[in-house]
Amino acid sequence: MTISQLEITHDELKHLVSERAQTGETLLLNMGPQHPSTHGVLRLLLELDGEIVVNCIPDIGFLHTGIEKNMEAKTYEKAEVMTDRLDYLNTMGNNLAYCLAVEKLVDLDVPERAQAIRVIFAELQRIASHLVWLGTHALDLAAMSMFFYCLNQRERILDIMEMCAGQRMMTTYFRPGGLWRDVPAEFVPAVRAFIDSFPAEVDLYEGLLDKNPIFLDRTKGIGIYTTEEGIAWGITGPSLRGSGIAYDLRKEEPYSGYEQYDFEVCTEEAGDVYARYRVRMREFRESLKIVRQALDKLPGGAVRSNNRKFVPPPRAELGESMEAVIHHFKLWTEGFPAPKNSIYMPVESPRGELGVLLEGDGGPKPYRCHWRTPSFVNLQILPKISKGCYVADLVAIIGSIDIVLGDTDR
Amino acid sequence: MKAELQPVLDALQSAFGAHISEFREQAKATLAVEHIVEAARTLRDAHGFNMLAGLSAVDYWPERQPRFHAVYEFKNIAQKLRLEVRVPLDGDEPKLPTLSEVFPNANWHERELWDMFGIHVTEHPDLRRILMPADWVGHPLRKDYPLGYEEVQFSFNFKEIDQRKPRPQD
Repeated sequence: MTISQLEITHDELKHLVSERAQTGETLLLNMGPQHPSTHGVLRLLLELDGEIVVNCIPDIGFLHTGIEKNMEAKTYEKAEVMTDRLDYLNTMGNNLAYCLAVEKLVDLDVPERAQAIRVIFAELQRIASHLVWLGTHALDLAAMSMFFYCLNQRERILDIMEMCAGQRMMTTYFRPGGLWRDVPAEFVPAVRAFIDSFPAEVDLYEGLLDKNPIFLDRTKGIGIYTTEEGIAWGITGPSLRGSGIAYDLRKEEPYSGYEQYDFEVCTEEAGDVYARYRVRMREFRESLKIVRQALDKLPGGAVRSNNRKFVPPPRAELGESMEAVIHHFKLWTEGFPAPKNSIYMPVESPRGELGVLLEGDGGPKPYRCHWRTPSFVNLQILPKISKGCYVADLVAIIGSIDIVLGDTDR
Repeated sequence: MKAELQPVLDALQSAFGAHISEFREQAKATLAVEHIVEAARTLRDAHGFNMLAGLSAVDYWPERQPRFHAVYEFKNIAQKLRLEVRVPLDGDEPKLPTLSEVFPNANWHERELWDMFGIHVTEHPDLRRILMPADWVGHPLRKDYPLGYEEVQFSFNFKEIDQRKPRPQD
């Protein structure tokens, strides 16, 4: 029995493939879930006519970890630890979305210094995420040295995170009401050293790829969708901006003080793989611009809210104040209650709109926490835009949508 | 809440009998399930809500009528508006008409509703499980679905814990 006969016995997939697959005229082939160029555990069932993709059926869920279910059993503070594990290339961004959602639900203030440091980290994280995307995307298209250059630079950002949070990736550095603790004295010089030297690196990447005939051949005119199609399919982030619309939640619905910073929303008109590549390359420089502005006017003061009903008191107060001891005890044993209502908090992650639907029930645990993740929504257009292209182009398209399977499967 | 949203809410209220509420400057409209497709079409065509930003559900078990809320997040990009639409669903036989004719990206969201909550989406083009394995039993995000960890049993409370150990049904 051939593979195609085996696969087509699954009745539930019959409506997704063409008539020709029933007779064995076209070939059904599994790509993944361990294929290196599917960027994680994504399985694609491909119907192939020679080398041409007739149908592409994504199969996700191999990395489903039940995070939404688990969060319902933890207090608001403890549940945050799991947000790092969703999109493991955007850990600070997930923390930010979750903290903003909790703060909005319980109506909690955040000091300005904490907001500025959050913006710095969110943008550094965006650069780090785009670096992994660029390295792997170029690696898929046979530009191997890019991977080493990019991961080398990403390491510098992870070092900065380790300096502040003690962790390279799973940071949980933002907390409802502010930050875990203030940044150390070495933080500002380290970030400055990075943003001063990084533009030259971006020049190097662009020099290697922008006019590289092999790269252009593999990316131009492939995987095209228009603005209208992108919006109808719910695509957000750089993948939508590559189709010519300046839709960026940092500008549309500013959060965490993004309205104070001057930056450009990068767009390209073509809507193909190359356009999406160009958008992300330009975003490197815009993110650097934001980090520089935030560093220049970094306010002083506290990094945690003074609202003791939600934020534990400083350690030093525990020895002197009975009230501080009570607050500390209540917060770490019981947690803080949230009102019986729900909010939706969208932020701009490196991949698009990351939305948190958070519902409280009056108790200390989230009643429901749904993550509207950009990878899940953006991946949906893949069958539509990959029809009729070569298998090799499919690899380029997957890379250009920039999915993270932890984000897709939750 | 933005002032531009008020006419949209008024229209939903008069045409579909929507119940409007507001929390932290976010508007929510609650509709009956039979109106959702028409309401989504109206929102898209007449009010410029051109993106279905998200779709999820909340389980209010042990409530029965209604047990679930399907939660739609619509986005109007040109006017920078957001609107949450909630659809209460019956607990015994939760059913929802598909929105994939109006917004193509509803397809996977609705598969997730089926997978996680067991909400049956009628006329859906491809209603299969999406995150859990195809042969999985039960719908994990329902509130009566156990989380799966085991309590530590000692000799003095062995029977007591044994009795209330969660056992998933269907």
